[in-house]
Amino acid sequence: MTDTMLSSHLARFPFPFREDTYRYSTNVEPARQFVPTEAGGWGEHVLDLDATYEAELTERERILRRDPSRCTVLPHMRVATWDALLTVLGELAATYPGQMSLHRDGTTYRWRNDLLGVKQEFVLGEEDSLPCDPLLFAGSQAQEDIVLLDQREDALWADAGLVTFAADWSLGFDVGMRFLEIHGPVPRVHEERVITRAERFLMRLEAGQEYRRTNWTMTVDRRLDTSTETYPEWGRDRRLVVTDPALPDRLHLRVEVQHLLRLPRSGAILFLIRTYLLSLTDLARVPAWRSRFASVLAELPDDLTEYKGLSHYRDAAAHWLAGG
Amino acid sequence: MNERDGRTDEGLLLRVAGAEHVAADIRMLRLRRADGGGLPPFVPGSHVVVDCGDRRNAYSLTGDGIEPEEYTISVLRCPGGDGGSVFLHGIEVGDVLRVSGPRSAFPPAASAHHHLLVAGGIGITPMLSHVRAARQWGRSFRLYYAHRPGAGAHVAELRRLCGDRLREYTGRADLTRAVRAELRASPLGTHLYACGPGEMLDDVRAGAAEAGWLADRVHVERFSAAELDPGAPFTVTLARSGTRVSVPSGVSLLEALEKAGTPVPNMCRQGVCGECRVSVVRGRPLHRDLYLSEAERAAADTVMCCVSRCLDQELELDL
Ligand code: FES
Repeated sequence: MTDTMLSSHLARFPFPFREDTYRYSTNVEPARQFVPTEAGGWGEHVLDLDATYEAELTERERILRRDPSRCTVLPHMRVATWDALLTVLGELAATYPGQMSLHRDGTTYRWRNDLLGVKQEFVLGEEDSLPCDPLLFAGSQAQEDIVLLDQREDALWADAGLVTFAADWSLGFDVGMRFLEIHGPVPRVHEERVITRAERFLMRLEAGQEYRRTNWTMTVDRRLDTSTETYPEWGRDRRLVVTDPALPDRLHLRVEVQHLLRLPRSGAILFLIRTYLLSLTDLARVPAWRSRFASVLAELPDDLTEYKGLSHYRDAAAHWLAGG
Repeated sequence: MNERDGRTDEGLLLRVAGAEHVAADIRMLRLRRADGGGLPPFVPGSHVVVDCGDRRNAYSLTGDGIEPEEYTISVLRCPGGDGGSVFLHGIEVGDVLRVSGPRSAFPPAASAHHHLLVAGGIGITPMLSHVRAARQWGRSFRLYYAHRPGAGAHVAELRRLCGDRLREYTGRADLTRAVRAELRASPLGTHLYACGPGEMLDDVRAGAAEAGWLADRVHVERFSAAELDPGAPFTVTLARSGTRVSVPSGVSLLEALEKAGTPVPNMCRQGVCGECRVSVVRGRPLHRDLYLSEAERAAADTVMCCVSRCLDQELELDL
């Protein structure tokens, strides 16, 4: 990364810790609120493009070519995928009016994205008018991963999604599963209640209401795809990195900014996940972040450390951050 | 304010762009943004709450909701009612109405293979929206509609939209008989949607139960707004300073405390995150949050002040 890229990356990084300790919580808050940080700030938009836009979309394409199941749509989610497409493109155009636009004439839409050199005309509800599934097309223009939840039988179900940058989970395994189950076996009764509460909250979400939350973990190297399927490629590094002198460059704080919106036409829940990676070396350039993350890691209870997959290198990372 | 769709916290200010009688005593209003911009899309079967003078009534939106340039509602005049419909029959083109954002409480089930729509009288209004959207998305549906001869709203339009998917009846008994037969014959993936007079809904529900339908597949329109009701006013005493703060109806305890210069840490303001918990010294909280467990609620010694209120006239807080 060049220096200017790094400083804008730092400036926009959604540093997630409000305190020196971390516990799992239903930390939802209204979307579109700017959060100042020690290095700058983030959060005024729902969708966020940065200097890695093109590189990450290329990476998404590569992952999809290797494993098309990363985009899965159960047939009854068809209307929701069109709704997601219109919502994502409309949101992009409103956020980046200089580079993107979406015009409508009856049921025909004209999409322009100068950043990618894309011009696409399509007719609402006509799959043939797009080069690919509506959800895939949305995911080729936005940097976010996308999951669509259907609400029925008093629960939420992950019935469609395009997820290429999953952190230690997998859409392929989870599609058609209840929202509660996607989160897998959580370590404590407390966490279980957090998720039940989140599901009930989402079921009450009305059209026009937009919320977000952050979640975090850590990743070895700038690897966006740490899904269950590719575990053999990255699992080992969790162990090997501990003794690597390059540990502070290789270990990254991984933050997901997740947005939760009720889609206006279909009533499905749109769950957007944007992943940000920051190496410990770069994070340490902001002294307040360095000491706060050091405290969070050092204090993190063992079961949560295990749950987040940090057990191998947590101590080493905390030690380095603390100046050791 | 979301500038793109004209929504504010207080809802939308819409101009009456057209009004016409679509049947005896039924007036259709076309509502548009004064600046001509688009309106928020909506899920079929959604309603809006309209300020009608001194009261607020809910009306179904009858469009397909996909990219609305106007909202249309059809209002039956009820002289014996609460006055809202008479008010809306009296307003004129050019008048401005305050209208809530669309609320979805009667949506089509995404996983249904076939949609069975049953309407009686003015209960046709949400079905219009369902029918239009079903045509756009190619959903399989059939509409059973009972109305008085010559008094049915939107009949010509529905005939055109539905073709042979429309079944018309002039009496409740005929409608019920036909729907019951259909309920017995319908395959498992069918969902039922009914809107109309109470007795008709009871008939339809009974028919579904007899035919062995599970409640999951039966949807009945009720205008129960999903938002929290404004609640009764009460007074809080801050135990540490003795300050008294009144909490009017429609204002949350958290907002009242903020206005009184006693801010409480908060995040979601929806009763879910747990940030705004305050300790109760005296008085019984009316819990409306999703955060506290049953045991914590029963203990009644804390309250989530962003949504919860008080069962008594006075609440004393450890602040
Ligand atoms: S502010 Fe989140 S529960 Fe009250």
